[in-house]
Amino acid sequence: MLNYIIRRFLYALPLLMGVNILTFVLFFIVNSPDDMARMQLGQKHVTQQAVENWKQQRGYDLPLLWNSKSDNPLTTTIFYQKSIRLFVFDFGISDSGRTIGSDIKQRMWPSLAIALPSLAVGLLVNISVALLMVLFRNSYIELSSIILCVVLMSISSLFYIIGGQFLVGKLLRLVPISGYDTGFNAFKFLILPVLIAVVAGIGSGARWYRTLFLEEVEKDYVRTARAKGLTETQVLFKHVLPNALIPILTGVVVVLPLLFMGSLITESFFSIPGLGSYTIDAINRQDFAIVRAMVFLGSVLYILGLLMTDISYTFVDPRVRLS
Amino acid sequence: MVILWTDSLIYLLVLIIISLSFYLAKKPQLQRPLAAISANKIGMLSLVFLLFFIAIGLLDSIHFKSNETSAKPIISVLDYWATPLRMMGEKTYSSPFATHLYSKETIILADGSKTWDYSRLQYGGSHLKQPELEKTTDILIKASSGFIKGMTLFGIIFFLIFFYASHQTKNKIDFSFYKLGLKLITHPVYLLGLLLISITYMVIELSGYYHVFGTDKVGEDVFYQAIKSIRTGLVIGSLTTLIMLPLAIIFGIMAGFFRGWVDDLIQYLYTTLNSIPSVLLIAASILMVQVYMANHQQEFTSLIVRADMRLLFLCLILGVTSWTGLCRLLRAETLKLREMDYVQAAQALGVRRSMILFRHILPNVMHIVLISVVLDFSALVLAEAVLSYINIGVDPTTYSWGNMINGARLEMAREPIVWWSLSASFVFMFSLVLAANLFADCVRDAFDPRRAQI
Repeated sequence: MLNYIIRRFLYALPLLMGVNILTFVLFFIVNSPDDMARMQLGQKHVTQQAVENWKQQRGYDLPLLWNSKSDNPLTTTIFYQKSIRLFVFDFGISDSGRTIGSDIKQRMWPSLAIALPSLAVGLLVNISVALLMVLFRNSYIELSSIILCVVLMSISSLFYIIGGQFLVGKLLRLVPISGYDTGFNAFKFLILPVLIAVVAGIGSGARWYRTLFLEEVEKDYVRTARAKGLTETQVLFKHVLPNALIPILTGVVVVLPLLFMGSLITESFFSIPGLGSYTIDAINRQDFAIVRAMVFLGSVLYILGLLMTDISYTFVDPRVRLS
Repeated sequence: MVILWTDSLIYLLVLIIISLSFYLAKKPQLQRPLAAISANKIGMLSLVFLLFFIAIGLLDSIHFKSNETSAKPIISVLDYWATPLRMMGEKTYSSPFATHLYSKETIILADGSKTWDYSRLQYGGSHLKQPELEKTTDILIKASSGFIKGMTLFGIIFFLIFFYASHQTKNKIDFSFYKLGLKLITHPVYLLGLLLISITYMVIELSGYYHVFGTDKVGEDVFYQAIKSIRTGLVIGSLTTLIMLPLAIIFGIMAGFFRGWVDDLIQYLYTTLNSIPSVLLIAASILMVQVYMANHQQEFTSLIVRADMRLLFLCLILGVTSWTGLCRLLRAETLKLREMDYVQAAQALGVRRSMILFRHILPNVMHIVLISVVLDFSALVLAEAVLSYINIGVDPTTYSWGNMINGARLEMAREPIVWWSLSASFVFMFSLVLAANLFADCVRDAFDPRRAQI
C-alpha cells in the first residue's frame, strides 16, 4: 500500500513539472516582462526607465533561464525565482505588493465554507432525485422528470444566481443578497449561495446519477434480489445504492481538494472573500503573479484529487488490486 | 465583400459538413441511426429550431463594406436587413413596447417652459398620436397582421414543397385544402416551422415601430443585440469543435493504437493540460492575448477585425483546453478496437498500419466523436456567458449573451428594475441550449451502440 502511494506520488512529479513549464512559457516567453510592464503602466507615454523600475520592483529584471553575469547562473533567473519556488508553495509577492501565500491561507476558508455544504447537500439531493427517477422508471413521472432535468441543465448558471438573488434576496427579503461575516454570523450569508449551487446542479447531477443507477439495475445480482422476493425499494436501497456508490464516491473524491479553490462566479456575485473572487479580481487587475500562483495551486490540488481517487478505489472496491 | 477570419472558418466548416453528409448519406451502416433520429419527434423539433438559429448565424457571417458613414464600416447581411433596428437608437433605457423613456428628464415644451417628465421615444411608437389610448390596439393589429403574413408565407412554401415532392415521386398527393391542413396541424415539425416563420414575421413587423425587447443603457435595441449574439454563440460552439477535433482524434487514436512510448507521451500531455483548471488556463491565455494585442495595435485595423481576432483566439484556447476529454475516450475505444478480430486479421494479412487506422479504426470511433461534438456544443455556449462575465470571454464590443448579461446585471438594483436585457438574453440562450441539448440526447440515443434497439 505504502509502496503504491509513494509510486503514485513520484508519478505526480513530472506532471507538476509540466504544468510549471507550461505556465512559465505562457507567462514569460509568449510575452516578455517588458510587454507586461507596458500593459500595466499604460501603453503610451511610458519611458524605458519606468518599465525598468516596474520590473526591478517585482523581480522581473533577471534573465529568463541563464544568468551569465551572476556567480550562480541557474538560481538568479526568473525561472528559478518565480517558477521553481512554486514547488515549495512559496508564491512570492503579487504585482500589487501583497504576499500571495498568506492571502491564500486567509481566503481559503470562506471558499471552503461555501463549497463543502454545496457539495454535500447537492450530492444528497441529486442522489435522492436520481433514486426516485429510477424507482418510477418507464412511467410518465420519469419522462417528465428527465425533460425537467434537460430544461434545468439548459439554464446558464448566471441566471440561477441572478434569479435567486432577485427572488430570495430582493423580493422575499429572507436573507441578505450578498456579503460575508466571520464565524457563525456567516451562516445567513451562506444559505443563498449554497441553495443556488444545489438547484443549479440538480439537472446535470441527477441525470448523471440516474445513468449510473440504471446501469446497475440491469445486472444479475439485482435480478436475483428481486427473484427472492424483495420489494423494489428494498432492492434499490440495499443492493443498487451501495454498488452505485462506488463510482459516485470516487467522482466526489477527485473534486474534494479543488473545493479549496472555490467557485469563481458564485463568490464574485455574493462578494464572498474566498479564493474564487481573489482569482477574478486578479484577472481583472491583470495581476499575473496571482494568476500564475492560482494555476499552479489548482493543478496541485487536481493531481492530489487524482491520487486520492486511486487510493480510494482500493478501499471501496475490493476488485481493484494494487499493481 | 469582406471575409473575416471566423467567417472563413465557418465557410470551411459548412463545406466540410455538406460534403461529409453527401458522402455519408448513402452509407448503409448509417441508415439505422439516421432513421432513429428522424423518427424522434423531440429530436426533429430541436433540429428545426437549431437550423433556424444556424440560418440566422450564417446570414450574420456574410460581411461586406457598407456605404454608410457609421461607426461600424463592415456590416453583415443580417445587419443590412436590420438597418432600421440598428438606426433606431434611443437616448437610454426604455422598456419593451414603450413609448416613453425609462427615466425622467427635462423637456422643453413648445411654449418654452420646462417640465420634468418621461419624454417620448424618438422612434419607438412615434407614429402614435395618443400612445396611452392607441398603443394596445396598434400592437395587436400589427402583431396579427404580421402573424397572418408569416402564415401565408409558410403556406406558400409548404405548398411548393409538396408540389415538388409529388412531382418527383409521381405519387398522387391529395391537394385538397383540408388534407394539407390536416397534415400540417398533425405533424409537429411542420407546426413548429409554421410557428417559427409566423412569429419571426410578426416580430419583424413589430420591430419596425417598437422596441420589442426595449433598449439598453445607450439606447440600442435589445432585440438586435440578442439576434446578433446568435452568431457569437454558434461560432464558439462550432469553431472550437473544429479546432479540438483534429487534436483529439489524432492523439487519441495514436495513443490507443501504437501504445508504448507514444501512449505514455500523449497521456502525459493530456493529464498535464487537464490538471490545470480550465478557467484559469483560459484566463491566463486570454491575458496573454490581451498583452499581445495591446502591443501590436497596428495589426488590427478596425474594431470589428480586432473583436473577430479575439473571438478566434477564444475558440482556439477553448479548443486547446477541451480536447483532452474526447482524446481519453478515443484512446480507450482504440485500445479495445485494436484487439478485435478484424483488426488482427488485417494485421495478419499485412495491411499497412495507416490503412488499418483509416479503414478499420477511424470509422468505428466516429460515433463517439459525433456524440461528444453535439454534447459539447451546448456546454460551450453556456461557457461563453460565464467567461464573458469574468471578462475573459469575447471582446466587450462583440454582441454576445454573456456581454448582455454582464451589462444588465448591475441594473437589477434599480427601481423599477431593468429586466428586459436579461430576459432577452435568457430567452435566446435558453432556447438555443435547450434545442442543442435535446438534439444531443437524440443523437446519442441513435448512435450509441449500447442504447441501440435491435
